[in-house]
Amino acid sequence: MENIFINYSILILFLPLAAFVIQIFFGKRLPREGDWVSVGAISITLILSIAMFIAMLLDHDPNFKQEASFTWLDMGSFSIELGFLVDNITVIMLLIVALISTCSHVFSIKYMAGDIRYSRYFAYLGLFTFSMNGIVLANNLVSMYMFWELVGVSSYLLIGHWFEKDSSADAAKKAFLTNRVGDIGFFIGIMLIYTGIGSFTFSHIFDGVASGMLTGTTLTLAGVGLFMGAMGKSAQFPLHIWLPDAMEGPTPVSALMHAATMVAAGVYLSVRIFPLLTPDALLVVAYVGGFTALFAASIAITQNDIKKVLAYSTVSQLGYMILAVGTGVYTAAFFHLLTHAMFKANLFYGSGSVIHSMHHALHEKHDHESDPQDMRNMGGFKEKMPITYWSMLLSTLAIAGVPLFSGFLSKDAILAGTLSFAQHHPGHILLPLFGFGAAAITAFYMFRMMFLTFHGKPKMPSIIDDIHESPKEMTGPLVLLGALSIFIWYTLPYFNPLSSHGWFTDLVVPKDAVVPGNLTAYDIEDGAHHAHYLAMYISIGVAAFGILLAWAMYIKKALSAETWSSRAGLLYTLSFNKYYFDENYNKYIYQPTFRLANKVAWIDWELYDKYFINGFGRLTDWASRVTGKFDFDVIDQILVDGTGRIANLFGRTFKTVQTGKLQNYVLYVTAGVIIIMVIQSF
Amino acid sequence: MDQLNNYLFIAAILFSLGVFGVMTRRNGIAVLMGVELILNAANINFIAFSRFGGMNLDGHIFGLIIIVLAAAEAAVALAIVINIYNNMNTINVDEASALKE
Repeated sequence: MENIFINYSILILFLPLAAFVIQIFFGKRLPREGDWVSVGAISITLILSIAMFIAMLLDHDPNFKQEASFTWLDMGSFSIELGFLVDNITVIMLLIVALISTCSHVFSIKYMAGDIRYSRYFAYLGLFTFSMNGIVLANNLVSMYMFWELVGVSSYLLIGHWFEKDSSADAAKKAFLTNRVGDIGFFIGIMLIYTGIGSFTFSHIFDGVASGMLTGTTLTLAGVGLFMGAMGKSAQFPLHIWLPDAMEGPTPVSALMHAATMVAAGVYLSVRIFPLLTPDALLVVAYVGGFTALFAASIAITQNDIKKVLAYSTVSQLGYMILAVGTGVYTAAFFHLLTHAMFKANLFYGSGSVIHSMHHALHEKHDHESDPQDMRNMGGFKEKMPITYWSMLLSTLAIAGVPLFSGFLSKDAILAGTLSFAQHHPGHILLPLFGFGAAAITAFYMFRMMFLTFHGKPKMPSIIDDIHESPKEMTGPLVLLGALSIFIWYTLPYFNPLSSHGWFTDLVVPKDAVVPGNLTAYDIEDGAHHAHYLAMYISIGVAAFGILLAWAMYIKKALSAETWSSRAGLLYTLSFNKYYFDENYNKYIYQPTFRLANKVAWIDWELYDKYFINGFGRLTDWASRVTGKFDFDVIDQILVDGTGRIANLFGRTFKTVQTGKLQNYVLYVTAGVIIIMVIQSF
Repeated sequence: MDQLNNYLFIAAILFSLGVFGVMTRRNGIAVLMGVELILNAANINFIAFSRFGGMNLDGHIFGLIIIVLAAAEAAVALAIVINIYNNMNTINVDEASALKE
């Protein structure tokens, strides 16, 4: 039992990489373009992850932790160690990644069938899974940073999978560059920590902070720096702009990366570094998360593109998790990460199934104008796609925070945490308000999406006959993940739909922060425990309010959506246009940068290149003309040709000796010998 | 009669005859015969010095080597003469002056 964790981890890490290498080099030549290589490799990692998960459950040791490391770079006093850290959080996260990744692979077999870069697509999925597992297994900031960037690259490659479309290529660039902004902060944070503590390994860093090697503002800045990396990856305000655009990628990619795993990397990082965050840094984290939760939810209300709704919903839910980290209940953040990964991935697969079906129906009618992702073209799909409908409904109930579903448990834990935080710090009453506000809006817009898509009369009656349920490669993951949206899987071996007490809370217990003076884990837990029932009542109340409002507007039509949106006026316009973030970034950041770059380019070309660089060129030209003349006139003409002429002269002079008569030569030789003998005899 | 000088005289005479033959003869074969005379004059010197100089068999060995060398030289030289004849229809060495100048 001892080392299966490390050995399995190595296999789980490198199998997807092997699949990537095979696919990228030989994919096109393999039968079926090699999708079975990727699916096979990822299935093995799923089996290994499940084995590790079961081993973890059997051990039932909340303090379980194994580390293995080796020296990667050794330069005397500066050395970098890389390694694995396997604890309960890692095992659960590996299972999430393997499970969602397997679902995405299977789902993609049909969804991507006939794509021109089918094998390349699977190759990149493998690369992504490898990088994500690398982040999960890292026991130090350096390897985490390396895999962090690899995740960024694979995200770029997958969003831009259909790079012939300008919008896809732009979205890929946008995602990559926006992430880079956060990564600068991440890198600064790593460097600050290394200067203070002299190590990249998490355990050493925590020991160093606990012994006061890094304190005060520097530690706060280091924490905020690391958190900036999380803000980029987890699409937190104000770096959230890339995630909705990333929906240009294939839907299984959106489900895998931009809903369940990659964007969760930021939350995972925050959970890992939680012990070293100072109270100030935690406040930054909490406010960023809380604001993002409410703000993104308010955009999701008015979107018409089904994937855009889900994208903003993801941003909002990630905001929840970050809010939880900020208020100290970081195990709740991780719990929400787990439940959210399941139901959000499922919602994306569901939307993928709907889009797939719409696409085919529109194709049948030779309609290339209508948008297959626009909910204004859907409606009444419930009877046509029952599996998709029911599994999406389960996940919608989960995300809305309805009791008996997984999202209720984790959301409740987070909201209890924020309430308790506000009780400890009465000045921060805004944080629970963000949380509950977002919960109400989430319930509303998720049911708005369900009602618009599946209920009511078909808005395009011409295509409704061509809408069919998707093939079983696509419904399989839907059924599986839909089932995983039910609470029971997360509370075993107990059966109490109102309490998150279960294997998760047994195995993932919060640890004290290492920063001296922070609240202890016991205080936080105790506070959250007391706030639990209040949080539960309020969250059930707001969820019910949101669902009823959506029902009244879109099913009962008692409230007209049009009247209300015009009544909201400016607010509606702001939300519909995503608060003009892209436009303002464009106007106040991109354009000035662009103009500055143009000016600098002008200086570079007009002044530097023309006078300095070209001046050098002219100088060199002149110098080489002079030396060239010297070379030709002096060296060539006098020295080189002179040698030749001298040799020529001698040759002319002595050629008369060569008579061609043998006897002459013999005479010369004899005469020569006689002369030498005569000279010798003196 | 049994004195070094006598041998050296004979060798000198032979050598002079050889050089004379090489220098005056136009016929390639005759030139070769002159060369043979020169070589044999050298041979006589070797053996005479070996005999009277008390150097055991060193000179004899040299003599034998020179005979072998002379045979090889004759074979090669005769082949050259035959080729000259084939190409120029003459064995007059004065005619074979294609490389002059």
